[in-house]
Amino acid sequence: MIWASVLVASAACYAIKVAGLSLPQRYLQDPRIQRTVPFLPIALLAALIATQTFSTGHQLTLDVRAAALAVALAAVLLRAPFLVVVAAGAATAALLRLAL
Amino acid sequence: MTSNRPAIIRDALGIGIATGAYALSFGAISTTAGLSVLQTCALSVLMFTGASQFAFVGIVGAGGNVWAGVATAALLGTRNALYGLRLSSLLNATGLRRFAASHFVIDETTAMAIARQTPAESRLAFWATALILFSLWNLGTLIGALATEALPDPRVLGFDAAPPAAFLALLAPRLRAREPIAIALGAALVALIFLPFIPTGVPLLIVAGLVVLIGLRPSR
Repeated sequence: MIWASVLVASAACYAIKVAGLSLPQRYLQDPRIQRTVPFLPIALLAALIATQTFSTGHQLTLDVRAAALAVALAAVLLRAPFLVVVAAGAATAALLRLAL
Repeated sequence: MTSNRPAIIRDALGIGIATGAYALSFGAISTTAGLSVLQTCALSVLMFTGASQFAFVGIVGAGGNVWAGVATAALLGTRNALYGLRLSSLLNATGLRRFAASHFVIDETTAMAIARQTPAESRLAFWATALILFSLWNLGTLIGALATEALPDPRVLGFDAAPPAAFLALLAPRLRAREPIAIALGAALVALIFLPFIPTGVPLLIVAGLVVLIGLRPSR
């Protein structure tokens, strides 16, 4: 099942890229599309952050992952590179689990 | 053109090395989420669009419905279509070349190509960034995945808590104005409100649906 979904998702992402290079330019000029498409990654990334930090299964929870996110946010605000942000989040969770 | 050539290649190498490091974390997060090394590498070769890959393994790894993972990956990839629309006149790729170029239409290659002064420079920047980044992205993924698989328990290093940090690093550069910040906070709230009641991953699709409804509303 995972393999099937890997292949379907990859095919979908490729089809979207091909569409971009193939569709007529007038689609680019549509202000509604111009407005909507950049909002999608913002909304989806924010929703992913929220659900993967504050839930376990179908329950809302507050645990070390919230602290990991806070440290990652501090790293982002200090303009740390990508890998440092991820490592800071992971290390915070690991250290707090050891300590608690 | 000739004078800018070394600078274009140097920029491409710089962004390639940075994303190679980012691929290490993708390899680590994906194998921690339960995907095999081969599945992880297949995503980097075949999907080749970072945010979609992180989201996909995040949802599948959290025990979410795999098809919700597929839909979210595709929705996150829609911005690549807008990039392609902007690039098509610059790249002027036709026939088979267009199908090859399409695979490499992502954030980084677009940013590098549209920053150039002439179409010839744009093409060089696009292809140099594409080939260097694709190589290092896949190399980084493989190393990250193999290294993590060799660990007895990657959770000890906190890798299971790393995806939100990765999403945050991807999101931050897009939050330079009040409207995107409001959208991000609203989306987070809506997803958490729906989360207890519907299958894992589906709150993301509700969020995406709301964004489309709001974005496509008739302008005044």
